[in-house]
Amino acid sequence: MASLAARRATDFTVKAISTGFAVLSLVMLAWILWTLLSRGLPALGPHVFTQITAPPGAGGGLLNAIVGSLIQIVIALLIGTPIGLMCGTFLAENGRGTRIAGVVRFVNDVLLSAPSILIGLFVYQLLVVPFGGFSGWAGSIALAILVIPVVVRTTEDMLNLVPIGLREAAFALGAPQWKVVTMVTWRAARAGITTGILLALARAAGETAPLLFTSLGNNGWSIDLSRPMASLPIAIYQYAASPFDDWVALAWAGALIITVGVLTLNILSRLVLAKMK
Amino acid sequence: MDATLGGSSADTALVTSHKPTGKISDPIFVGLLWASGIAVLLILGLIIAMLFEGGLPALREFGISFLWSTSWNPVTEKFGAGVMVFGTLLSAIIAVIVALPLSFGIAFFLTEIAPGPLRRPIGVAIQLLAAVPSIIYGMWGFFVVVPLIAAYVQPPLIEWLGPIPVLGALFQGPPLGAGMLTAGLILALMILPFITAMFVEVLESVPPMLKESAFGVGATTFEVYRNVSVPYGNTAMVGAVMLGLGRALGETMAVTFVIGNATRMSASLFAPGATIASTIANEFPEASMGSLKLQSLLQLGFILFVISFIVLALSRMLVRSKIKG
Repeated sequence: MASLAARRATDFTVKAISTGFAVLSLVMLAWILWTLLSRGLPALGPHVFTQITAPPGAGGGLLNAIVGSLIQIVIALLIGTPIGLMCGTFLAENGRGTRIAGVVRFVNDVLLSAPSILIGLFVYQLLVVPFGGFSGWAGSIALAILVIPVVVRTTEDMLNLVPIGLREAAFALGAPQWKVVTMVTWRAARAGITTGILLALARAAGETAPLLFTSLGNNGWSIDLSRPMASLPIAIYQYAASPFDDWVALAWAGALIITVGVLTLNILSRLVLAKMK
Repeated sequence: MDATLGGSSADTALVTSHKPTGKISDPIFVGLLWASGIAVLLILGLIIAMLFEGGLPALREFGISFLWSTSWNPVTEKFGAGVMVFGTLLSAIIAVIVALPLSFGIAFFLTEIAPGPLRRPIGVAIQLLAAVPSIIYGMWGFFVVVPLIAAYVQPPLIEWLGPIPVLGALFQGPPLGAGMLTAGLILALMILPFITAMFVEVLESVPPMLKESAFGVGATTFEVYRNVSVPYGNTAMVGAVMLGLGRALGETMAVTFVIGNATRMSASLFAPGATIASTIANEFPEASMGSLKLQSLLQLGFILFVISFIVLALSRMLVRSKIKG
């Protein structure tokens, strides 16, 4: 065995390196945020929110992309949240300990981690090919498939935290299961379930790949869900890779908007969770 | 009565049979719960079926050699997955090799070194790296990291390591910045928070008594970490790494920006390459509905799904085995 001094020296070195690694990862986060701020802020102005996209050199903003994103995200949440909430409830209440719940949980984990571009390809095959074109609906459904597993996972976790005693008390009063679940269990886990929905919202807002083959993007004003629809991530993708300076600047402005939104949602949901525990 | 205490569905029939209020609404509600559970199964089943069916014509056309054939030529309509499978695996493996030591260090820092009040904020900040959308990593990588690597990292490496026999083949070619290595580095940063978070979770599940005993016989903090905590959680930690690998395999937008998008094979880490996901994202706009190219892209998607599924299933098996036990 090495001498005490040598062991202490190793200990110190490893601690220093570990601390260095932690600092390095924080520096990386700060670097990304700094890049976004320094390039996005100068490009950010009222025109970004009030004008639709325009040909290079003609000014223009991101209004259609922002509106398109909001529409598709809201629909994705409207479709995905109830299914996710019910499925999470199924896992926590009805399926507990059964074989089918194990399978559903596993499949949900697969959906949660499946490459999002494959969800896009899937919805392309499912909706775009049969209906003959890209559409806002297809984009919304692709995002809904991303929303579901996030909501399922958090709902199940949060319902598992609700004490059995609460349910017992409600059942003892003679309440049917739907009342126990909707008025007691869900209510007790309200904050946690909301967190799950916020996280799902954050995930859907930042995803680009699933929209490439579903809602495609649109350079005009687009609120017709049966036609191709603009979205912020797709606009960023198209503009960032373009050779025009003003388009690249707009892409940075969009990137800043998305990142601030997504990080705020994440911090908010973590604050709610921290309060619960 | 005892049965209702569990609060599970089979037992509620006992309650509802006494309560007219739930006679109709309860079966509907429970039916909805079951339907949602089945819906999730259906979605995954449909995804697998649709990707497989969509790519089947390509598999018929090129045979099983599609899997390793390295030609990807839209002009002659000869397609193969070899280059992309290679690129997907290589970039993900680089990512894991880079992220693994960092995650070990950061998890050590978060569980043993960081002072109490700092732990949570630093942990959350590192987790925020996982929340940054993929396309932002792509832009940052493309506009900031790629030029830096092209100017400061690749030229010296090509000069120093390039001439070495065998090993030098990894460091050949012009310093473009974009390429396999850059993609691997960006991916490493993206999967780092996932691996770290799971490491921390595993390390926190180590019974304090085990660690205290080791401290009691005079072990240093690092020795306890290396000889007690890590061995205690090793299977779950391997699972965590697999999960990170799974994420890296399917990452699309970030990779598309920084990998250089060349559908040819090269031994050099600096050469531009392609992954399955980046190829799908890039080439899809030029593939018309029903074309052989589109079918090949769908077949690529199916291959990616199979690879990710295997990695995920393995990861889950390993993680569960420890955290549950």
